[in-house]
Amino acid sequence: MAEEKVSRRDFLLYAMGAWAAVGVGGVLYGMYKTWEPLPEVKAQATVTFDISTVQPGEIKVANWRGKPVFILRRTPDMTQCKDRSIKDEYTVVLGICTHLGCIPNWEADKKIWHCPCHGGEYDACGKNIFGPPPRPLDVPPFKIEGNNIVLGEEGPEYKQMKEKGLTA
Amino acid sequence: MKFMDWLDERLAVRQLIKVMLTEYYVPKNINFLWSFGVLVMLVFAILVVSGIFVLMYYKPDANLAFDSVNKTIMMDVEYGWLFRHTHAVGASIMFLVLFVHMARGIYYGSFKAPREIVWITGYILFVLMSATAFTGYLLPWGQMSYWAAQTITTLFEKIPFIGPDLVIWIRGNYIVEDATLTRFFALHVVFLPLLLIVFTAIHLYAVRIPGSNNEDGIELTKEEKKHGKGIPFWPVFMAKEFFVMSVFLIFFFYLVFYQYKFAMDPINFTPANYLQTPTHIYPEWYFLAFYEVLRGFFFSQNLGLIAFVLSMFIAAFLPWLDTSPIKSGKYRPIYKILFWIFIADFVFLTILGKLPPTGLYAWLGFAGSLVFFAFFLALPILSKIEKKKVAGGR
Repeated sequence: MAEEKVSRRDFLLYAMGAWAAVGVGGVLYGMYKTWEPLPEVKAQATVTFDISTVQPGEIKVANWRGKPVFILRRTPDMTQCKDRSIKDEYTVVLGICTHLGCIPNWEADKKIWHCPCHGGEYDACGKNIFGPPPRPLDVPPFKIEGNNIVLGEEGPEYKQMKEKGLTA
Repeated sequence: MKFMDWLDERLAVRQLIKVMLTEYYVPKNINFLWSFGVLVMLVFAILVVSGIFVLMYYKPDANLAFDSVNKTIMMDVEYGWLFRHTHAVGASIMFLVLFVHMARGIYYGSFKAPREIVWITGYILFVLMSATAFTGYLLPWGQMSYWAAQTITTLFEKIPFIGPDLVIWIRGNYIVEDATLTRFFALHVVFLPLLLIVFTAIHLYAVRIPGSNNEDGIELTKEEKKHGKGIPFWPVFMAKEFFVMSVFLIFFFYLVFYQYKFAMDPINFTPANYLQTPTHIYPEWYFLAFYEVLRGFFFSQNLGLIAFVLSMFIAAFLPWLDTSPIKSGKYRPIYKILFWIFIADFVFLTILGKLPPTGLYAWLGFAGSLVFFAFFLALPILSKIEKKKVAGGR
């Protein structure tokens, strides 16, 4: 092996360069971390909602990460759904139109969600039945804990739905 | 002047003035389109000054921003409206003069060797200016501000693997919120203007090495320009430029005083509401063409996004796409046609960008997007043809 001569000055230069790189890396990491959501924001990551407070035929809106989540307790005269249902009678969906992100309104007489922007319609299961929406309303990550639903956490029921590709 | 002597001994200012101004020669065979570079500088100065004054009353807080702009600055501060309108109109007109400045560079081949660095730094300035406009647009915290920021940041979601986390990181929240506003504020008033100034310095330095291009695209040496084929930048070129600036300022302040509404969307006078999207959202006019490329590939969101990013950056590579030995569009009949098709297409996309993306409009948008890219893809082919022609002695 040929002996590479590294002079004292070169060595000091490399050492300083390496040490400076560590410093730069540390500073960049610090800068990166400052842009992370604040603790109070992260605290909103999950929201617990007592779904037994929703009366049959009623719809309540939970605020999860600044997005509306529709919680509908269906009555027998509404569209029934086998798969996108929670505890057999609840529809829990993100209230954001899958077309361009507007917020659809519940029309109680027709029992559908109607989007004011481009006229998209969803049935009581959140399935798109008319207009431009490309897919049903998304189901947010949820976990069932007795009468409570925790939004923002993936429980076994959600994982099952996700595997079947029903959540988005 | 004694003071000048004193300064010259310490800072060599005489030499500096010579290099930068009095012995920096501009070719004579240029037209008024070459005055737009200085106009860009002028608008930038107007934006900085008007920006400082609106900054004195603006409050970067999701609860206070809207009122600080629409009540305090617009109604309470004396002449506050003037500075706000100047700032808003200035941002719009900045892009108008920038587009003309860039189009001139494209037509006369000013991006070609030996001016690649001039073109690249200029293009970086365009991108930085776009970022400055985008971050600034959020600050009034109106509905249009909010949803523009919301939709554009959502675009990052499509980046594979890191996308969803990246969006949250950029916003500092799950949606556009106070954290987003304050960081956009910091970028808009400090970081981006600082970068703009640095790159402007490099841009101006870089153009002084080869000097300005000219209508004929035939390089002139400094000696040629010194003896008859050129004029000193100061005072001769600037004397004419002052005239252009004066006419421009009449137009500019006509807009500020009488037509400011084009830069102030009525929807933006409703405070930001994260639970309600305005029925029709669109960017400011200067982003419409790129926005239309995004929507043009209506059948695939991913393809649209790739096309959008490409459309924003492809022009940066012009020096390597167009390698034809002939510089000026004046002597390139085919290039001339392509250039004007490109300009017409850009205008066409800008108009379409404001129309709803449905039915025929969607297809027209798609066609327009393809034409946009076709211009750039045709250049290497055209270069080959022209190289052969030149080699064959034309």
